[in-house]
Amino acid sequence: MNSDGNPIWTLAWTFGLMSLFAVGGANSAIPEMHRVAVDVHHWLSDPQFADVFAISQLSPGPNVLIVTLIGYAVAGVAGALVATLSMCVPTAILAYGVSRVLTRSSHSRWPAIIQAALVPLSIGLMGASGLVLALTSDRTWTAGLVTAAAAVVAFATRLNPLWLLVAGGLLGFAGLIG
Amino acid sequence: MPSDSPPAAIAAPESLSSTPPSLIVLFVAFAKMSLAGFGGVLVFARRAIVDHHRWMSADEFNETFALCHFLPGPNIVNLSVVFGSRFRGIAGGVAAFAGLVGPPVVIVTILAALYARFGEVDALRRILAGVSCAAVGLLIAVVFRMMMPLIRRRDLVGLAVLAAVFVAIGVVRLPLAAVLLAAIPLSMAIALAMRRRVAA
Repeated sequence: MNSDGNPIWTLAWTFGLMSLFAVGGANSAIPEMHRVAVDVHHWLSDPQFADVFAISQLSPGPNVLIVTLIGYAVAGVAGALVATLSMCVPTAILAYGVSRVLTRSSHSRWPAIIQAALVPLSIGLMGASGLVLALTSDRTWTAGLVTAAAAVVAFATRLNPLWLLVAGGLLGFAGLIG
Repeated sequence: MPSDSPPAAIAAPESLSSTPPSLIVLFVAFAKMSLAGFGGVLVFARRAIVDHHRWMSADEFNETFALCHFLPGPNIVNLSVVFGSRFRGIAGGVAAFAGLVGPPVVIVTILAALYARFGEVDALRRILAGVSCAAVGLLIAVVFRMMMPLIRRRDLVGLAVLAAVFVAIGVVRLPLAAVLLAAIPLSMAIALAMRRRVAA
């Protein structure tokens, strides 16, 4: 099948495959989404990718919905649905299968070993997400400062993250971010 | 984020609900926690499943979440399917998944349409730029929080694996699949070797 012909197919197999490699969750796959959507297929520009990330963080629901926005940009409502289902269904089937096997063979030592192996990987991936997003979002020094301040406040306090997003939006509206 | 468990949950910790939830109840419960979940659904999922509905004890929830966390893909999506199927089989998994993802997908699709129409409006551009700066900061804070246990127990091997993945994906920008196909076996081998050495 020619994947250049119909972007829906490209969305389906891109996100279907990505879902199986998103170790640690949807936020771990952000560098890969950026690579595919901006660098490889030119579905979105750099600022549009940053916008899409912002909208996904402002919306209720799981973080994975950033792929809904990417899918919509590629192929409208159909693209949004295909991207979302492709990113969720393969891994959901895997999770269902694994949970059935694990409840049957009650206590195995493999879960602990797999966890020990995957935790550093998933943190590294999320760190890479932070870097890639900082490079796309923070194009001025004030923007970098806002990111740093939000990181420090979120790390040191238990403030509801929504307030930090609202504060960032207000600073942006006031024209302080550029 | 208001975090501590409410006093009601402490008063009767082990009285789990005895009747399994129906498909509609599963759908509605997951839709509610999803729509309440700005910046992550996990906190709301725990509150609803453990404290409010008493469908699982805190330990059962932690175990289920740990499983869903080390499987690939969106954790909370995995959790909805595993949780729903435990009570009502495959139909239960589908109901919980549809509740978790369906309503927010409708909202996000509407936002996407609005963005496609008004994305070039200057004020909106400025607001989104500001929100995205703050959101990146939140993500970085999560990364540092997750790193703290590794730093505290001076897990140099883990930190080295972490740094290697960070550089390969974030700096060199290699494809995810290629990096993980190399990194997962390597990291598993290291984890096994460390365990053997501790056991020996």
